[in-house]
Amino acid sequence: MTPLDSRVPAGPLAEKWDRHKFEMQLVNPANKRKHPIIVVGTGLAGASAAATLSELGYRVQCFCFHDSPRRAHSIAAQGGINAAKNYQNDGDSVFRLFYDTIKGGDFRAREANVYRLAQVSGNIIDQCAAQGVPFAREYGGLLANRSFGGAQVSRTFYARGQTGQQLLLGAYQALERQIGRGAVEMHPHTEMLDLVVVDGRARGIVVRDLVTGRIESYAAHAVVLATGGYGNVFFLSTNARNCNVTATWRAYKRGAAFGNPCFTQIHPTCIPVSGDYQSKLTLMSESLRNDGRVWVPARIGDARPPRDIPEDERDYFLERKYPSFGNLAPRDIASRAAKQACDEGRGVGPTRLGVYLDFADAIARVGAQAIRDRYGNLFDMYERITDENPYAVPMRIYPAVHYTMGGLWVDYNLMSTIPGLHVIGEANFSDHGANRLGASALMQGLADGYFVLPATIGDYLASTPFAPVDTSHPAFRAVEADVAERTTRLLGVRGNRTVDSFHRQLGKIMWEKCGMARTEAGLTEALADIPALREEFWRTVTVPGSGQELNQALEKAGRVADFLEFAELVCLDALHRTESCGGHFREESQTADGEALRDDAHFAYVAAWEYAGEGTAPVLNKEPLEFETVHLSQRSYK
Amino acid sequence: MDVTLRVWRQRGPSDPGGIVEYPATGVSPDASFLEMLDLVNEGLMARGEPPIAFAHDCREGICGACSLMIDGIAHGPMAGAATCQVHMRSFSDGATITIEPWRAAAFPVLKDLIVDRSALDRIIAAGGFVTAATGGAQDANAVLVPKEAADRAMDAAACIGCGACVAACPNASASLFTAAKVSHLGLMPQGQPERSRRVIRMVAQMDAEGFGDCTLFGECQDACPKEISIDVIARMHRDHMRAVWFGGEERAETGPG
Repeated sequence: MTPLDSRVPAGPLAEKWDRHKFEMQLVNPANKRKHPIIVVGTGLAGASAAATLSELGYRVQCFCFHDSPRRAHSIAAQGGINAAKNYQNDGDSVFRLFYDTIKGGDFRAREANVYRLAQVSGNIIDQCAAQGVPFAREYGGLLANRSFGGAQVSRTFYARGQTGQQLLLGAYQALERQIGRGAVEMHPHTEMLDLVVVDGRARGIVVRDLVTGRIESYAAHAVVLATGGYGNVFFLSTNARNCNVTATWRAYKRGAAFGNPCFTQIHPTCIPVSGDYQSKLTLMSESLRNDGRVWVPARIGDARPPRDIPEDERDYFLERKYPSFGNLAPRDIASRAAKQACDEGRGVGPTRLGVYLDFADAIARVGAQAIRDRYGNLFDMYERITDENPYAVPMRIYPAVHYTMGGLWVDYNLMSTIPGLHVIGEANFSDHGANRLGASALMQGLADGYFVLPATIGDYLASTPFAPVDTSHPAFRAVEADVAERTTRLLGVRGNRTVDSFHRQLGKIMWEKCGMARTEAGLTEALADIPALREEFWRTVTVPGSGQELNQALEKAGRVADFLEFAELVCLDALHRTESCGGHFREESQTADGEALRDDAHFAYVAAWEYAGEGTAPVLNKEPLEFETVHLSQRSYK
Repeated sequence: MDVTLRVWRQRGPSDPGGIVEYPATGVSPDASFLEMLDLVNEGLMARGEPPIAFAHDCREGICGACSLMIDGIAHGPMAGAATCQVHMRSFSDGATITIEPWRAAAFPVLKDLIVDRSALDRIIAAGGFVTAATGGAQDANAVLVPKEAADRAMDAAACIGCGACVAACPNASASLFTAAKVSHLGLMPQGQPERSRRVIRMVAQMDAEGFGDCTLFGECQDACPKEISIDVIARMHRDHMRAVWFGGEERAETGPG
């Protein structure tokens, strides 16, 4: 295997990024146009990177499977974006944002990366404001902030409940400006199906034009994957329906190490599952926990309507267990506490898999109008889905898969173990360790895309000699043949079970055995169930239609086939990490009062899995995490 | 509940297409409209038949992918909602429901219920942005934005680019879409330097794409899942007129009219 070199620069933490920027090689402005770069994905990370790289003068080809680059799932982020601006004078600083993120991630992220993220966080807000993003404002015209998900300072910037949408539209508009100038070649409705590696370097991709079905190749000097997370391996998640692991999984099979795949985030405030027809889960922004109080009946089996249960027969369990953070306890902790309450038989709603999020006290305190001003669109969304009025009765919420901290392993320059393959945003194994704090995903996506990658990719391009390689190179033919063969195979099974039925079954295995609580026995079962399901998929799946047309069944089949392979890696990673940390809770590793128990002596590392061929167990590489600045402590939010 | 679907099926851009009837039985009233279509598609695929192609992604009303004309109403019977936010409880048991794609010359059908909306992206590319390359921004609080301006800008910026306004308009005009972006950026101080240039270019692109003119029917604002008001169109017309008569270099390039 290749030893993992994180390439973290020397020097004091606060000086590393500046020093590194100076030490990296630059590409001469006149030479930038000689470097073609492929960017796959147009969410916050991809759109901001494609626009910025193009502004710098690189030749950018950008790809997305949506019909428009504006539709990537970043658009659905509701709550906000963190930045260490300290506009509220409440004691925030770059160091505090860094510290909160490292601690929130349960000490499983790289210090230098997280510090850099906090450093550039302020620049992101400046950049977005300059683009005309309509952030919330105070009457005096200054930017408004709120506190969000587990933070004790108000550092979250927002645009109503549509922050992700507005930030993405800002990046999309910057990208469209470059497309309009003819500086970015945009390929919408085009899905990356494989990576092309020539002489050990990423030199291109093979894609399928989703309208015509044509398999095509594109060559470049570097490939940037900004293809998002893999939450849909659980079938039901808050991710958009088309989010998938294919791009990163294909890169893994071409040699890119996959980091910490078992670090998945379960978000505490989603609308509970209502029936087996359900296609996805809807998140209710975490900001609701600023004013809503989470409770269940104190007595097991108490089925009275919520308003009939007197105060002293309610259990405000987050306030009880975590008095200093209360309802704002971090996501992993809040989710597990809700699961525990339901496991005890105190869940609410028709399925008993739900807890109340109650606004009665907040409405009594500030009035219904103030609550409507803060959360009106979220309350409307809730009512539309459940047919219940949350101003009158408490919301019902339950945890759901929301985000994946794991992803392709990258060094400090955001480059994977394949030279030339860069990975940004949720697609990389990221700065969030084992748990991401609220309002930090948007920050990381834009930090990577606007500020980090555009600086670091120049070092690779300037220091690498590029042999002339275009799509006529035999490596492209070989990968195209692989892609065509896979497509033919999917279409050729002609069985009788639909793709979705396999996806649903896989999701059930993952949720039950690799969800909020994991055990050795459960994971071992999952590792037997998944290959069996995969075998059945390739024997009995039905994919109607042909490959030479717009064929949504075929698109979905390819994605689910990859999830069926990838799920095994998630479970393998979860099985090997016998500690509990962040979103990864191993029942065997908990404190006397049921909190996650980390094992720093054995697991203070990034698990970077390396593909070793079909039918062979992947190789586990470890990048030790060294903490020079923060002191490793058991997380406590009591 | 049981409903009968009359669905537009069209194999490709050059196929004439037509309505095909499908039963949808045993549907939960709590299922979303798209989940009902999933169910029908599952049945079709289990029989080896090609599913009904329709655009969708986030299924929470924000990505703007879904785009169905349901009984002649863009995004169906629920005001202020995208197709994916409509639930079956909005229909009566036994109903017959007709589902068609957006109809507009500038939105050619790709397959079944999926249309090509890239014309909207080209309108944005023509000028729907603030020229602010990464890196040069001053501190975000250095430019004050009155709360009212930010709020009104946000009302317009809420557009999800679904194209319902075009589908609902008797003229297939993209005025609401274009005006929403013109207004969002025109209301922000950051949008002022390019205000004239932006509106002239975006309107010219809208015309070039083959969208119709606005004659203030107001159908667009009723269809808009984000309930964007046609006030933005009045604003765009005012900006456009001002830009054409007093807009400097852009006026010389494009001229009035």
